[in-house]
Amino acid sequence: MQLFARSNRRQFGATAIAASIAALGMMSVSPAVLAAADTSAVIEIGSLYEPQNLDNTAGAGQGINEAFNGNVYEALFALTDGGDVSDALAKDYSVSDDGLTYTITLQDGVTFHSGDPLTAADVKASIERVTAESSKSSRKNNLATITNIETPDDSTVVITLSERSISLPYNLSYVWIVNDAATSITDSEDGTGPYKLDQWRRGSSLSLTLADNYWGEAPTNAGVVFNYFTDATALNNALLTNAVDIITSVQSPDALAQFTDNPDFTVTNGQSTTKELMAFNDRVAPFDKVEVRKAVARAIDDKKLLESIWGDYGTLIGSFVPPTDPWYVDLTAVDAYDPDSAKAMLAEAGYPDGFTFSLDTPDYDPHPIVAEFIKSELAKVGVTVNINIITANEWYTKIYQAHDFDATLQEHVNHRDIVFYGNPDFYWGYNNPKVVELIKQSESSATIDEQNQKLTEANKLIAEDAASDWLYLYPQIVVSASNVSGYPVNGLNSQFYAYDIEKSAE
Amino acid sequence: MVLFALLRILPGDPANALLGVGADADQIAAARQQVGSDLPLWQQFVGFFTSLARFDLGTSFVSQAPVSEEILARLSVTVPLTLLAFALAIIVAVPLGIIAAVKSHKWYGGLISVFSQLGIAIPVFWVGILLVTAFAINLRLFPSGGFPRQGWGNPADALRDLTLPVLTVAIVMASSLVRYVRSATQDVLGSDYLRTARALGSSFIEALLRHGVRNGSVPIISILGIELASTFLGAVVVERVFTLPGLGSMLLLGISQRDYPNVQGVLFVSTLLVLFIGFFADLAQRLIDPRLRDRSRGAAS
Repeated sequence: MQLFARSNRRQFGATAIAASIAALGMMSVSPAVLAAADTSAVIEIGSLYEPQNLDNTAGAGQGINEAFNGNVYEALFALTDGGDVSDALAKDYSVSDDGLTYTITLQDGVTFHSGDPLTAADVKASIERVTAESSKSSRKNNLATITNIETPDDSTVVITLSERSISLPYNLSYVWIVNDAATSITDSEDGTGPYKLDQWRRGSSLSLTLADNYWGEAPTNAGVVFNYFTDATALNNALLTNAVDIITSVQSPDALAQFTDNPDFTVTNGQSTTKELMAFNDRVAPFDKVEVRKAVARAIDDKKLLESIWGDYGTLIGSFVPPTDPWYVDLTAVDAYDPDSAKAMLAEAGYPDGFTFSLDTPDYDPHPIVAEFIKSELAKVGVTVNINIITANEWYTKIYQAHDFDATLQEHVNHRDIVFYGNPDFYWGYNNPKVVELIKQSESSATIDEQNQKLTEANKLIAEDAASDWLYLYPQIVVSASNVSGYPVNGLNSQFYAYDIEKSAE
Repeated sequence: MVLFALLRILPGDPANALLGVGADADQIAAARQQVGSDLPLWQQFVGFFTSLARFDLGTSFVSQAPVSEEILARLSVTVPLTLLAFALAIIVAVPLGIIAAVKSHKWYGGLISVFSQLGIAIPVFWVGILLVTAFAINLRLFPSGGFPRQGWGNPADALRDLTLPVLTVAIVMASSLVRYVRSATQDVLGSDYLRTARALGSSFIEALLRHGVRNGSVPIISILGIELASTFLGAVVVERVFTLPGLGSMLLLGISQRDYPNVQGVLFVSTLLVLFIGFFADLAQRLIDPRLRDRSRGAAS
C-alpha cells in the first residue's frame, strides 16, 4: 500500500491570515497596502462568463467552474491555483499496489448547506452523476475506467478501476460532491463549500453568502457577488467606477493601459492555460502532409502576432502544453519563424506555387484579427487564405462534430489537455500511433514521474509533427482595486477561489 | 411560422450550447435528444405550434428554467426603461417641437432643429457610450451599468441604475419626436381654424393651446405608438451597453445559443406588446379626435 499524505489547502489560507495579522503590527510602514482586512466586506467580482445553468453536468459552461468550484461545491480533491492537486473533502487516501483500488477517507464533520451530513453515499452518487448517460460533462470520459464504487462505511469510499489511472485524483477534482438528496441542481445547489448560493439573477449577477457551520476555515470576507457582463468595455467601466472590486480575466488588451498607470488598481499577470491555435484538419490534403504543416508554422511570426495583440503580455509556446502542465518543455525552437525554409519545404512537399485553403474563424476576439494576420503572413510564401467567419455555435456543428474544414482557429482553455492529441477521432484528426500509445500508457503509469516522462515525450512528438500551429498562450490578467488582495492569479481551468480574498477598509 | 423557419435556417444546433470541447459522440446524441433537435422538422414544428396555442412558452434548452418566468423577470427592467424614456422624451420633445415651429425664424428655433437632426443621425449605442464616459467615468454621478440584485426591491437604486439608459433612449427618441411635433405644429399654424380663433379674439398662445395641440396631437400619437414599439424592440442595444438584465439581452443570448424556446418566447411576448401599443395608440386617437369616433360608428351602423 502506498500512502499519500498531502497538506490541506486550508493551510494556505491560514498562512494568508497569519501574514495579514503580522501586517497589522506594521501598519505604519505603508497603511494603504497593509490596512486591516474588513471581514464584513462583500467582494464584488466582475466576469464575462455567466453560467448558463448551475449544474456542471448539464452544460452550464465555464462560468460555473469560476463561480462554484471550491466556493459552493467542493470535490474530494482540489486543483490549487499553483497547479497541484491537494486533498479537499478527502482527508487522505491510499492506492493498492496494482493501482486499481483507491480507498478514500472523508473529512469529519462536513455538512451540506441543507444541513445533511456528508456521507460516502453522497460521494458515490456525485461521481455517478458525472458518469451518467445524460451527463454533459466534458470530463466524463476521463472517469470511464471506474468500474465500481463501494461505501463500506459512512466515511470511506472505495473506487475500483478497470485499469490504472494515475490522474484519478486530478480528474476527481472536477467532480462536485452534491447531496444525494438533491434532485435537480440547475437552479439551486446543495454543496459543502464555504459559501452558499444566495440569489441568481439571470443576465446580471450571482451572489454567494457564507455557509453556516462550514467545516473548514471561514473565508476572509462576508460573501462574494459575481457580476456578469457581456461587453468587456462595460466590465472595465464597472471597475473604473468601483462598481466591481475585481475582474477575473481581462480579455481586452487595449483596456489595460487605464489600469496599469493608475495607483488605484493592481494588475496581476498570472499563468493561463488558454492556448490560441490554428488547428489543421490533419485528415485532408494538403494538411495531411507533415511538411506542409511545418512550413505553415514557420511562415507565421508568432512573436509579432502576440505583440500586436497583447503587447508585453502573453507567452509564446511551441506546442499545446503551457508551462503550468508538469510535462512542459520549451519547444518554441521547433518550427520557429523562418519564411525562407517555409518556402523550401512547401516546394519539397509538392506545392512550389503554394495552395489555397479556407480558414474557419470564430466571430469573437481575437480570432478575426489573428486570421487577418495569418492571411498576410502566408501570402508572403504563396499560400492564399480565405477567411470564413462563423459563430461559436456553428463551429461546434461544422468543425467539432462534422470535421468539415481545412483549418480553423480556436482557443483551448483547459489545463492538461494534451490528451486530445491521443484521440484520432478528435476534430483535428491528428493520428500518430506512437503518440496515441504514449498518451494511453501515461495514464496507466505507476508513478507521477513515469507519467510526466511519457507525456513529455508525446509533447515533443506533436511539436515535431506540427500537429497544429500553436500561436501563443493567452495571458491571465486579473485587475483589482488596490485595496483587494488574496485572489487566485492563475485561474487554471477557469476556477476562481474566492475565500481568501480580502478587502481592506479604506 | 416565419419565426420558426428563420431560427432553423441559422446554422448550428441548440445542443451545442450544452456541450464543450471534449464531449464524445454519445454525449452529443443525448444532448440533441434532450432539446429535441434530433427530431424531424415537421415534428418540431407541430410541437412548437401546439405549445404556443396553449400559451405555454416551455422551458429554456440551456438554463432549463421556465421561459415565461424569465420573461416576466426581465420585463421588470425593459418595461420601466422604455416607459420612463418615452415619458421623458415626450416631456422634452413636445415643448421643444412647438417652439421650433413657432419660433422657426429665431436662432433658438433653428438650433433645436439642428440638434434634433444630429440626434437622429447618431446611433443609440454611441450616445450611451458618451453618457457613460461623461457621467459615470468622469463625473461619477451615475453607475456605468448594471441593475440592483434586488430588482425593484430598492427603487432608489434601481432608478439610479436606469438613469443613464433612460437618458440615452430619451435623447434619441426625443430628437425624432421634435421633428414630428414641429411639422405637426407648422400644419396647425397654417390652418383655417387657428386663424378663425385668432379672429374671434383669442391670443396666439391661447388659440394654439386650445385648438392647436388637440388637432396636432392626432398624427403625433400614431407616431408615438410606432416610436414606443421600436424603442421597446431597440432595447437590445441599450441593454447591452449598460449591462441590463432585460428582454433584449435575453433575446441576444438566446440567439447566440440557439436557445429556441427563449427566442420564441421573447419574440412572442414582444409582438403581443407591440400589438397592444398599436391598439392603445388607436384608442387614444379616437378619444382625442371625435371625428374618428364618428367615422367608425357610422361605418358600423
